[in-house]
Amino acid sequence: MSEARYAVGIDLGTTHCALSYVDLERSEGEEIAQDLMLVPQLTTPGSVEERPLLPSFVYLPHAEEFAASDLALPWAQEADVVVGELSREVGARTPIRLISSAKSWLCHPGVDRRAPILPVEAPPEVPRLSPLEASVRYLRHLQAAWNHLHPDQELATQAVTVTVPASFDPAARELTAEAATAVGLDNLTLLEEPQAALYSWIHDTQGAWREQVQVGDVILVVDVGGGTTDLSLIAVTERDGSLELNRIAVGDHILLGGDNMDLALAHVVSGKLSARGSKLDMWQLQALSHGCRHAKEALLANASVDAVPVVVPSRGSRLIGGTLRTELTRDEVTSTLVEGFFPEVPADARPTARARGALTQLGLPYAQDAAITRHLAAFLGRQAGATEALDGFETTATGGSFLHPTAVLFNGGVFKAGRLADRVMGLLNRWLEADGAPGVRQLTGADLDLAVARGAAYYGHVRRGSGVRIRGGTARAYYVGVESAMPAVPGFEPPVQALCLAPFGMEEGTEAEAPPQEFGLVVGEPVRFRFFGSSVRRDDQAGTLLQDWPEADLEELEEIQATLPAESRNPGEVVPVHLQAAVTEVGTLRLDAIPRSGAERWNVEFDVRGS
Amino acid sequence: MAESTPSFFVRLFMAFAVFWRILLDPVFAMSVRRLRRGQQARKTDEIAEAPKPRLTEAEPNAALQLLGLLQQEGRFIDFLQEDVAAYSDAEVGAAARVVHEGCRKSLTQHLAIEPIRSEPEGTRVTLEEGFDASAVRLTGKVVGHAPFTGSLTHRGWRVAEISLPKVAAGHDLAIVAAAEVEL
Repeated sequence: MSEARYAVGIDLGTTHCALSYVDLERSEGEEIAQDLMLVPQLTTPGSVEERPLLPSFVYLPHAEEFAASDLALPWAQEADVVVGELSREVGARTPIRLISSAKSWLCHPGVDRRAPILPVEAPPEVPRLSPLEASVRYLRHLQAAWNHLHPDQELATQAVTVTVPASFDPAARELTAEAATAVGLDNLTLLEEPQAALYSWIHDTQGAWREQVQVGDVILVVDVGGGTTDLSLIAVTERDGSLELNRIAVGDHILLGGDNMDLALAHVVSGKLSARGSKLDMWQLQALSHGCRHAKEALLANASVDAVPVVVPSRGSRLIGGTLRTELTRDEVTSTLVEGFFPEVPADARPTARARGALTQLGLPYAQDAAITRHLAAFLGRQAGATEALDGFETTATGGSFLHPTAVLFNGGVFKAGRLADRVMGLLNRWLEADGAPGVRQLTGADLDLAVARGAAYYGHVRRGSGVRIRGGTARAYYVGVESAMPAVPGFEPPVQALCLAPFGMEEGTEAEAPPQEFGLVVGEPVRFRFFGSSVRRDDQAGTLLQDWPEADLEELEEIQATLPAESRNPGEVVPVHLQAAVTEVGTLRLDAIPRSGAERWNVEFDVRGS
Repeated sequence: MAESTPSFFVRLFMAFAVFWRILLDPVFAMSVRRLRRGQQARKTDEIAEAPKPRLTEAEPNAALQLLGLLQQEGRFIDFLQEDVAAYSDAEVGAAARVVHEGCRKSLTQHLAIEPIRSEPEGTRVTLEEGFDASAVRLTGKVVGHAPFTGSLTHRGWRVAEISLPKVAAGHDLAIVAAAEVEL
C-alpha cells in the first residue's frame, strides 16, 4: 500500500458525523497541519451547502417525493436515500421514513444488525436498511465528499481512524470495522471516543500538557454525546523518564445523551402549552426541542437570566396568531436537567434498574435511570481498584470506596451549558472530600463538538511515532462459557465455568496464548458458546478457568458462534479445537478455532443476529 | 458647464488653425468630416469622454435563493404577507421571535456582515479627501471640501463574505416555499 498523505479522523456519532484530517507531509512532531472537512450535503431540496457536521440521519424518500434534480449532490451517487441535514429536516415531518440513532442500534443485542429493520415504525412499503447499512451510508457520504475535494488522494488510500464509544462491545466494534471495510477503507484503525477527546486536548495544549498533568494523575473523561454517555479513566504513569498515558477503565454502554435532555425539556414546555389547550404534533415537538436547546444554553450560561422565551411556529403560512409562545424558566431547567440528569447523589449511589415489562416494544434499550451522576458513581465504585497494579498510585486510590480521579475532561455538546460541568465537578469534589482525598481539577480547552474527530486525526499522526500515545488495549477480559461435566439434574442448569480467552489490556496486533481446553465443533453445523466480558478482572490470564465469581464481575455478552466448513470432512463429524483470541491491528477482537493438527484456523463469529 | 459662444476674432483664428491642421493631420481631418455629417467626434486621447451610465439587471437567482433561505429558517415571507393590524402586539411579538431567530441564523450562516465604521454611533468622525462616497453618505449641511467632520448617525453595514448554497441545475428557485400536503 502506498504511503498515506493524510491521517483522517472520522467521528461516526449517534447524531452527527465529522471528519478532520492531518496533512502528514506538512506535520512534524507537535507542529500539526490540521483541518476540518466541510461536508457538502443537501440542506433543502435542490440546494447543497457545506457544513462542519453531517447529521447522522438517513431518509428513505418516496419515489414521487422529490424531483430527480432535487437530490443532486456534487458527485454522482445513488439517489435512493438522503443523508445529512435535509434528511433530518424532512424526517421531522415524515418520521416513518427516517432512520436515526443507527449507531445505538448497532450495539443493540436484541436485534439482527445485518437485517433491514430500520426505520422500525415504517409501514411495509417503505424500504428498510440494516443498522450496519445505515452506518455504511454515512461513511459513503463522507468518503464521496472527501474524494470530491481530494480527487488525487482518495480516502481509501489514507490512514483512517474511525471512533467508537469506549463502551462498545466486541461485536459492535466488529460491525463498525465492517462498515468501513464495505466502503473500501482498508487502512483503518478504531479509536475509543473518550481517548480521541483526550488526544484533542493534548494536541490543543501544544506540548504544555506535560506541565498540566503529572505521574499519579487519574484523568476521568466524561463524554456525553447526543445519544450516549461514555466514561473512561486514564492514568498518568512514567516510563524511562517520560510521561505515559494508560487507559485503565471504561464504563458501561449508557444510552443517555443530550437529545434526551432537550426532549425532556420539550415535554415540560409542551405540558405547559397543553394546559392552555394547545396540542403539539410531532413536528412542533421537534421544533420545540430545538428551541429548548437554545433556551437551556442561554439559561445555564447566564445566571442573571430567569426565563427565556420559547416559541413554536405554526405549520401553516399564518405565522402570527398561529405561533405559540411560552417560556422556559430557570427553575424548570434546574429541576429537569440539573436535578433530573445530574442530581446530587452520594458516592455509593447506584442506578436503579426497573424490571422491564414483558411486552416491551422493539426499541432501543435506553438507560432506565436518567441520572448520569448515579452512573458515574457506579463506574468509579466498580473501578476502585483500577490503579492497584500501577506504580506511583499507592496514595491516591487505595483505601477509598471508589476510584479517586484527580482531573476531569468533559466532552460533548451537553457541556456547553457550563453549569452541568460545574455540577459534576462540585459533586466529585464532595465525594472526594468525604473520602479524605484531594479535589479534582478540570482540563479545559477542547472543542466540545469537534474534539473527537480532531483527536482521531491527531491519533493517526501520533501512531506514526511522533507524540504521546495512550496505551490501554482491550478494556475488558473475555471469557467463553464451559459447561462442567456433571449428570443432568432436571430443573437445574448445569453450572457454567468461564474460561479466560483474552486477558485485560490486550494491545492491538497481539495474540493471546490458546488455553489447553478443547471444544468439540460439529462440521457443517453452527456451534454456539456463551461469551462473557469483565471490566474489573485485570489479573486473569488466557487459560484461567473460573469456577465461580462475584456476579458483578462478569457480564454476559452475546453468544459467539463457530461453523466448520465441510470441505475435507464429513458433515456431523466432531472436531476438537482450541480457541484463541487476538486483537487485530484495526482494534477489533478476533476469535479463532484451531484444530488439533494446527494447520487451519476458522473464524469464530460474534453473533449479531439478536436473540 | 455651458461654454460661451466664441467671438468673431476667436473664430477667425480657429479657422486658420483648423485649416492647417486639416491639411497636416489626417486623423483630425476624419473627425471634421464626421462633424460635418452631423456625427459625434471620435474619441481621441485628448478629449476624455464622460463614461456613459450603464445600468445592469441584478441576477434574480441569488435574490430568490436568499429569500428562500430566510423563509425556510425564519418564516420571513409568511410574516410579511400577513396583515399585522389584526393582531395584538404580543402575538406579533411572538411571531417576530421566530422571524428574528431564524433569519439571524440564516444571515450569519450565509453572509459575513460587518459594520463599515467601527466607532460607536454618535461620535464625531473625520472623512479625509478621497473617502469612499458609496460606503459613507454625507447628509445635512453638505458644503465645502474634504476633510469633512460630522457626527456618525449610522455605522453602516457591509457584506464581507457571501456563501450561498449550490443549486442543482434545473431547480426552480422561484418556489421559495413548497406547499405542504400531509397524508
